[in-house]
Amino acid sequence: MQVLDPWDHKPLDDVLSDLRDVLEDPDYPTVKRWRAAGGKVLGHFQVYFPEEIAHAAGMLPLKIRGAQIEARQAEARFGSYLCSIVKTSLELVLSKHIELEMFVTHPICDAARNLGAVWGRNFSYPCQILYLPQNANSASASAYLRHEYDRLRRSIEAIVGRTVTDDDLRTSMAVFNENRKLLRDLYTLKRLRPWVLPADEAYVLVAIGGSIPREEHNALLKAMLPQIEARTTRPQDRLRIVYEGGFCEQPPIDLLRAIAQSTYIVDDDLMIGLRWILTDVPTAGDPLLNLAECYLEHSSYSPVQHDLRKPKEQMLLERITSSGAGAAIISAAKMCEPGLEEQVAYSRALDEAGIPYFVSEFEESMTSFENLQTQLETFVENVLFA
Amino acid sequence: MKVERPVADGIVGRGMTEGGELFRTWFDRLSTAAATGEKTAYVFVMGSLVEILNVFDFPISFPEINSLQTAVRRVAHEYLNQAEDYGYSTDICGYVKADVAVQLRKGAHPMGTLPPPALAIATNACNTYVKWAEIWERLYHVPVFTLDVPGTRTADGQTWPGNADFDADCAYVAAQLRELIALCERVSGRKFDIDRLREVLGHANTMSRSWKRIIDLNRARPAVFSALTEGTVYLGVANGFRGRPEGARYFERLVEEMEYKVAHGLGTIDEEQYRLAFVGVPCYPIFRRFNEMFTEWGGVFVNSTYLWFASGGTSLGYEYDLTRPLESLAEGVLINVRQAMDAMFYTDRTLAELVEPFGLDGVVYHPIKSCRTVSTGLADSRRALMARVDIPSLFIESDMMDKRVVSEAQLKNRIDAFFEGLATRRAAALA
Repeated sequence: MQVLDPWDHKPLDDVLSDLRDVLEDPDYPTVKRWRAAGGKVLGHFQVYFPEEIAHAAGMLPLKIRGAQIEARQAEARFGSYLCSIVKTSLELVLSKHIELEMFVTHPICDAARNLGAVWGRNFSYPCQILYLPQNANSASASAYLRHEYDRLRRSIEAIVGRTVTDDDLRTSMAVFNENRKLLRDLYTLKRLRPWVLPADEAYVLVAIGGSIPREEHNALLKAMLPQIEARTTRPQDRLRIVYEGGFCEQPPIDLLRAIAQSTYIVDDDLMIGLRWILTDVPTAGDPLLNLAECYLEHSSYSPVQHDLRKPKEQMLLERITSSGAGAAIISAAKMCEPGLEEQVAYSRALDEAGIPYFVSEFEESMTSFENLQTQLETFVENVLFA
Repeated sequence: MKVERPVADGIVGRGMTEGGELFRTWFDRLSTAAATGEKTAYVFVMGSLVEILNVFDFPISFPEINSLQTAVRRVAHEYLNQAEDYGYSTDICGYVKADVAVQLRKGAHPMGTLPPPALAIATNACNTYVKWAEIWERLYHVPVFTLDVPGTRTADGQTWPGNADFDADCAYVAAQLRELIALCERVSGRKFDIDRLREVLGHANTMSRSWKRIIDLNRARPAVFSALTEGTVYLGVANGFRGRPEGARYFERLVEEMEYKVAHGLGTIDEEQYRLAFVGVPCYPIFRRFNEMFTEWGGVFVNSTYLWFASGGTSLGYEYDLTRPLESLAEGVLINVRQAMDAMFYTDRTLAELVEPFGLDGVVYHPIKSCRTVSTGLADSRRALMARVDIPSLFIESDMMDKRVVSEAQLKNRIDAFFEGLATRRAAALA
């Protein structure tokens, strides 16, 4: 079913504007439409979740990514020194902006791992932690993760009241493989011709996938990407940058827009969970094992996964090199410990490599960007005219 | 009424004295290792795996304990400032930053000189452990082993041996232990000795059994030790000397001391008025004063979640099966670390079950800025506890390291008001 308003006869700019409105609407109209048609929803917290398993059961996998709302009820359930996304994500459900049949969080950070218990004390539907392996270098990690995915499958089966077969999973994996390819195409476009796809528009196109059925996201991307490629926008003399720090809490779209006014963001880690797996997941053989192996062996990086094969500063340098960027914005959400810790390592690696960088913090609810814009413009001028 | 204390028997108070002596021995060993270049292992209190490391005779450094010592000795701010100057945000865990400064100072620490790591083990019981170990990886290019211990998935979802999900988790932990042993062999240049492991596990069993017994003995009225102050010293030995004969001996003698105190009605404070549970991490920058703000009212902490999770879950009393040491170690690590995590995330039910046997008059929640693992869910957990049982509670925030976020006057106001409420409640009950 289609949960977005019809978009196929609208001009590109109107569609992108509408998508942004949907994305920023804390009432999640796409989810409401899905539920109104009798659909069930599995909410999963950032960063990565094997959405194929929920999809194969006929549920809508919904990426819980916080919101620009006041966390009135949630504030009473948390301590003071906490990032915003944890609070606003709970607020979304406490204040019934969204309703779920199941919630899954992950031990990505000290705050997020508490969400399973907090959510479970406040809602009667199943709330659990999916223990993605933290020892990615163990030879037994993929076998363990395969079992963990199977445990998740059984939990989901209990909710939908039917068996989720391997063939169901294969069908879903094919849908998600297509989605991953389309997102790779979008990022290729960002890298090659960033002037036709500003960062804020690219973000909207990617992020909307977390709250609509993936078939619909595929149709949307297939229709939009050629139109974007056909834009005749002329390139400008702007600094090409990599934006790092959007793996969990998301910066406001206006912040990305402000950055895009003086730079081209040619690569980033925004909503990296939707793009975590870098290749097609093989559909032949054991689908859960294939998913598990791709999570471990063919995946991106983030500050919340430790993998000896993927030193994060090295991965950042590769991202900068492969995208042809000349600088980086090293950002972190306020109170985000993993992001703030990584800033130190990133800064030192960039210093050593002689790559200019701009360090900043953000919060999803921030509304004023003038200072940031001024500082960034100064940074850009310093780099361009150095 | 003041209780007469039979100090001449040499029993009462020896847990504190001997604990202090062991601590000095432990730091001396680390200083020696720093001087001689002996290969040292860095570990954390939850899932330390000293059971394996002791087989290889690695000196063990617990950076959490090293860091809290800087706060107790009132020099933490110097270390925090240095790490912040280096680039670490004010919003990052104070333990991490104090340790960064120790490393930048080439091991200089109030208790001696700490050696650099030759090997580090970080469990996922706290995500900051993993990020912290990455810092050593970058500073020293030493092997970092992330021990992944899957925890409880849902509030009612603990599984046990024989359940397919538990067995899958256990197989994963067992495989990692084998990989860790191979790594230890490479780093130490020594072969693994299974009989030595049996010996270590035997000592660890004595300590776990004793630790559970000691915590249970505090059901006595008056309470025989403070879970906040004396308990923290006992915890230090429980971690630093786990699996060692000195540790086993210490805990056997500590059980003897506590049993003696119970038998003779000797409390940890003279006039116990209110029995409290402590939830969270102690306020180390004003460690003694923080406790005094409660004892001045006759309040004593008879139990704490800190005793559970900061002992790596050994408060459960799990004992290894020495006839199948490696398999049993995997099972025990899984159960203990899970217990430690549950003691941070799922405390409402456990605390409710303590109220009657420990005769609790109140529960004190102390979330701290530095530790989101422990603190994130405490307000919600408190709501759940209050819905479950009728017990007064206090919610006060500060920090375990950073005195900039510790306001003694504000804490005292809140604590005084809490005790006034307890007194009113008691008077009303008697009326």
